[in-house]
Amino acid sequence: MSNEFLKIENLHIHYVTQEGTVKAVNGINLELEKGESLGLVGETGAGKTTTALGVLRLIPDPPGKIIDGNIYFEGKDVLDLTEEEMRKIRGNKVSMIFQDPMTSLNPVMTVGEQIAEVIEIHEDVTSAEAKEKSKEMLELVGIAGNRSNEYPHQFSGGMKQRVVIAIALACSPELLIADEPTTALDVTIQAQVLDLMKNLKEEFNTAMLLITHDLGVVAEACDKVAIMYAGEIVEFATIENLFTDPKHPYTVGLFGSIPNLEEEVDRLNPIKGLMPDPTELPSGCKFHPRCPHAEAICAEKQPGDTDVKENHRVRCFLYTGEVERKEEEK
Amino acid sequence: MHKYVLRRLLLLIPVVLGVTFLVFGIMHLTPGDPAKLKLGEMAPPEQVEAMREEMGLNDPFLIQYAKYVGNALKGDFGRSYSTNREVFDEVMSRFPATLKLAVTASIISILIGIPAGIISATKQYTLTDSVTMVLALIGVSMPVFWLGLMLILLFSVNLGWLPSSGSQTLKHLILPAVTLGLSSTAIITRMTRSSMLEVIRQDYIRTARAKGVSERVVINKHALKNALIPVVTVIGLQFGNLLGGAVLTESVFSWPGVGRLMVEAIRQKDTPTVLASIVFISVTFSIVNLCVDILYAFLDPRIKSQYE
Repeated sequence: MSNEFLKIENLHIHYVTQEGTVKAVNGINLELEKGESLGLVGETGAGKTTTALGVLRLIPDPPGKIIDGNIYFEGKDVLDLTEEEMRKIRGNKVSMIFQDPMTSLNPVMTVGEQIAEVIEIHEDVTSAEAKEKSKEMLELVGIAGNRSNEYPHQFSGGMKQRVVIAIALACSPELLIADEPTTALDVTIQAQVLDLMKNLKEEFNTAMLLITHDLGVVAEACDKVAIMYAGEIVEFATIENLFTDPKHPYTVGLFGSIPNLEEEVDRLNPIKGLMPDPTELPSGCKFHPRCPHAEAICAEKQPGDTDVKENHRVRCFLYTGEVERKEEEK
Repeated sequence: MHKYVLRRLLLLIPVVLGVTFLVFGIMHLTPGDPAKLKLGEMAPPEQVEAMREEMGLNDPFLIQYAKYVGNALKGDFGRSYSTNREVFDEVMSRFPATLKLAVTASIISILIGIPAGIISATKQYTLTDSVTMVLALIGVSMPVFWLGLMLILLFSVNLGWLPSSGSQTLKHLILPAVTLGLSSTAIITRMTRSSMLEVIRQDYIRTARAKGVSERVVINKHALKNALIPVVTVIGLQFGNLLGGAVLTESVFSWPGVGRLMVEAIRQKDTPTVLASIVFISVTFSIVNLCVDILYAFLDPRIKSQYE
């Protein structure tokens, strides 16, 4: 048992297809306190969205299956709940903002109906009250309440994302999962949406799991960061620790690939190699084929989590003393 | 919206002109002399020639067609070559029976096809799904006349539950309507299934689930309305098939509809009757499809905003 607000332990999620088993999430551990926000960072295909859907138990099945692990929410393992109990959590205590606002809203229902629906399901209100509240929610995200009778196609992308946020926040959830909420938006709108989420989060004291591949967004909005690679969390730290002292070679590589504004460079400095094929993950440490420090042991054994300091753990043999750091040739 | 309906109604004019022109042309090209048919094989040539002149059959094709359209516009569809009755009255007396049959068959196919499609989609790859799909395949592939005969054999001859011909009571309607509706049912089932399967993979369905909406509401409210859009198109087109396809069913069950009238008229080269029947069927078909397009607007607000 656990008393943490959200605690994920050793979570494994696989997609079983005819072409092979996609190992999307492989042994994830993470914790989140009430009111805290955690950034889940990784490349496309690192398993971020799958992890988030796992928390809500919305992994499409078939082909997705939660193979192993526990997801404790307020001390209870959501994987043990009945479908009925789970429904009471979805949209109420835990809600989710999806990546693509263009497709996340039902095209044949008015935005007002879509917001009111979640209120009617979880709160003891009449449909008129729910409708009223849906207008308030729209106002809250900066859309005129009298537009509640309009359909999604009548809104711009940024406004649709606001509607999605309004739906997610309508029942004042304790945990908000935001899956790349700004990826599909223009840069100017991105900042607006992020500000909006930050303000609402403070107003409602909501914990947030922010999925992104943008370290800038994380620095802006999160307290803690988990760096994901090939279905594993390779580094988990507070924002200061991670940004001042990144440990895992992958994280270091990520920072190294961000061009420096003050230096003139001819070429960008990406991490060499490609993300591994999730149906055929490398043995041992999943990052070893791309790692500048890799030694034989990295291909043989899977590193465990090592605490390098408080609130900072890394999954790498460099910090267990089993592998020597090589001087980087630059 | 009103403008759109008006425009669509005006479009009926070229449709009907096109259809009548085609049929008029085909009837003109097929062998046989209506004048001879009218007077009998034994009539002397002079008399036949006089009759041809009187019927306007010696005029050039385009003149004949123009005359026909001119008269039809005045409500005069001509007289039947074989019975000499007003064709319009003849078709009007038969049309309700055909319409009744087609509408009943449509209702049957919608009432069975849509739920079957939904169940099949929500239980994809299960036994229920496979059985439904195999039945649908059989339904599409079975020839109407054969199915009609088999149903008569079973329910009229062996079991004696239902009459095999006539149209007096509702009981008489059952077998022909089922026969006629079966292939439509199968097509609607398959269409609903595939449309539903596509819709339930959409992001907004995931959004609905993430809101805590129950699975039943997700399917019946969030998914169905989206999935129905292509299904409604198919239903509209199927209705046309049912009107036209009634020809075979009406023959098998001696149903007194336009289909049978048309078949007999074609055999006797009774051009006015054939034309009038076809005009009726094509106008009905066009109107049904207009209704379908209007129904779209109610299902899909994106289309509605295009009409305005």
